[in-house]
Amino acid sequence: MSLQQFMNEAISPWMKEDGPDSDIVLSSRIRLARNFSNTPFPTISSEEQLEKVLTFFNNEFQDQSFRDYKQFEVVKMNELQPIEKRVLVEKHLISPHLTENSAHSASLISQNEQVSIMINEEDHIRIQLYFPGFQLDRALEQASQLDDWLEEKIDYAFDEKRGYLTACPTNVGTGMRASVMMHLPALAMTQQINRMTPAINQLGLVVRGIYGEGSEAVGNIFQISNQITLGKSEEDIVEDLHSVVKQLIDQERRARQALLHRSGIQIEDRIFRSYGVLKHSRIIESKEAAKCLSDLRLGIDLGFIDHVPQTILNELMVLTQPGFLQQYAKETLSPSERDVRRASLIRERLQLENKE
Amino acid sequence: MECQRCHNRPATVHLTQLLNGEKTEIHVCEQCAKEKGYMHDHEENFILNDLLTGLFNFETKHSLKGHPHSAPSPKEQLKCPNCGLTFQEFAKAGKFGCAECYKTFDDKLNPILRRVHSGNTRHDGKIPRREGGNLHLKRQMDEYKSDLQRLIEQEEFEEAAKVRDEIRSLDSQLHQRGEED
Ligand SMILES: [Zn+2]
Ligand SMILES: [Zn+2]
Repeated sequence: MSLQQFMNEAISPWMKEDGPDSDIVLSSRIRLARNFSNTPFPTISSEEQLEKVLTFFNNEFQDQSFRDYKQFEVVKMNELQPIEKRVLVEKHLISPHLTENSAHSASLISQNEQVSIMINEEDHIRIQLYFPGFQLDRALEQASQLDDWLEEKIDYAFDEKRGYLTACPTNVGTGMRASVMMHLPALAMTQQINRMTPAINQLGLVVRGIYGEGSEAVGNIFQISNQITLGKSEEDIVEDLHSVVKQLIDQERRARQALLHRSGIQIEDRIFRSYGVLKHSRIIESKEAAKCLSDLRLGIDLGFIDHVPQTILNELMVLTQPGFLQQYAKETLSPSERDVRRASLIRERLQLENKE
Repeated sequence: MECQRCHNRPATVHLTQLLNGEKTEIHVCEQCAKEKGYMHDHEENFILNDLLTGLFNFETKHSLKGHPHSAPSPKEQLKCPNCGLTFQEFAKAGKFGCAECYKTFDDKLNPILRRVHSGNTRHDGKIPRREGGNLHLKRQMDEYKSDLQRLIEQEEFEEAAKVRDEIRSLDSQLHQRGEED
């Protein structure tokens, strides 16, 4: 049963591949929202209509393959345990929204977990495609081909004036959300990222981080994505995003060098302290874990630490979330139990690398 | 600081987003953040949706202000013939009910789309092969026509003649397709 496969490993097979600029860009994603022309959107459609859409995919696309993505597995939401859903969300294979309307929703997931096609989310169809590192162009090209492949069998809701029609007016037009996940510890530490966001917004792009207590984004991970979907072509949107991300990469590299130059010993100290915490703590909260993992990753990128793989941040950020921890423990855990499990899991994972 | 959503637990998750120069902040407890998906999926349009609902409410209030005597009469109440969604319902939820809604509410959409999409109201991206029908050809035709105009203005008549021939052949393709449809 391949659901088990999706559940077992924290990082998807595609993430293990190396991508361009992967010292800073963790992943590139394209999402396309599409709808059937003659069926009400899932936001208001009846149970029967939702079921019909689901059945259509089950019949037409089960065990279908598209190019390099071997078979698609149809994962029905109503057949999953709560923890299983959570794990799929933590792996970004499905959205939290999809799990809320479980009765008639599903996701078609490719074997390498690079592609997932969500059925009856906010729109009938959400095509989602990930690439490792900074590869927006490639992601767009393949998403578009996948879109063409679906369009051979589906009458899309499309209008000459408004483009692809979606349930929410924020997605109409291209229906495309392109985004890049970036690790920007130096820009965050020096507060530069906050100063840069207004300029980025002017281009119709958004920078998001998740902030815990204090001003630092958790894990120093930021997502840059397009806000506008109307009036610009897909290629133009991706090009705008591309140029901004390129600049952020340059700035981050420069900021890292400046930090090293100005306060090298402090940075080195911070990195090794965090490494120590990860290697030795017995209780660790998710926020502290995220901070330390970000430092560790920076330490790898700067060459202070060389026996831990670059993917460790990606992997442990996913693996130490509540769904995975509980899946791994095979039981429901309280927050404080999770902190203990998290610490032991991280220790175990780092130990593994040291031996190799 | 208490959680904005449940007003029960302390707010421990703080999200900030800058959009068109406007800063929006959300302060919620961890549980609410998880329930709303803030913790997992950075890309959820949550703040935008909040803005949108605010925007619609604003517009509704505004139009009511303009006509102080009446709540919208049944006649004024736009309703999608296909799915039954009214404009009021759309404004409240910020979500369309079906593809037909776009046509039903068309007159009222431009100001909304303009604000959400930095002034844009018309699609300029991909055209699907089948559903797009003749749109590919029509767009090509528009391009040729403006090329032709430019070439004539620049007195490049040889090139212009070539483009004119292209237009003729496109025109006949469009006619043929029209008969097939
Ligand atoms: Zn709350
Ligand atoms: Zn409708």
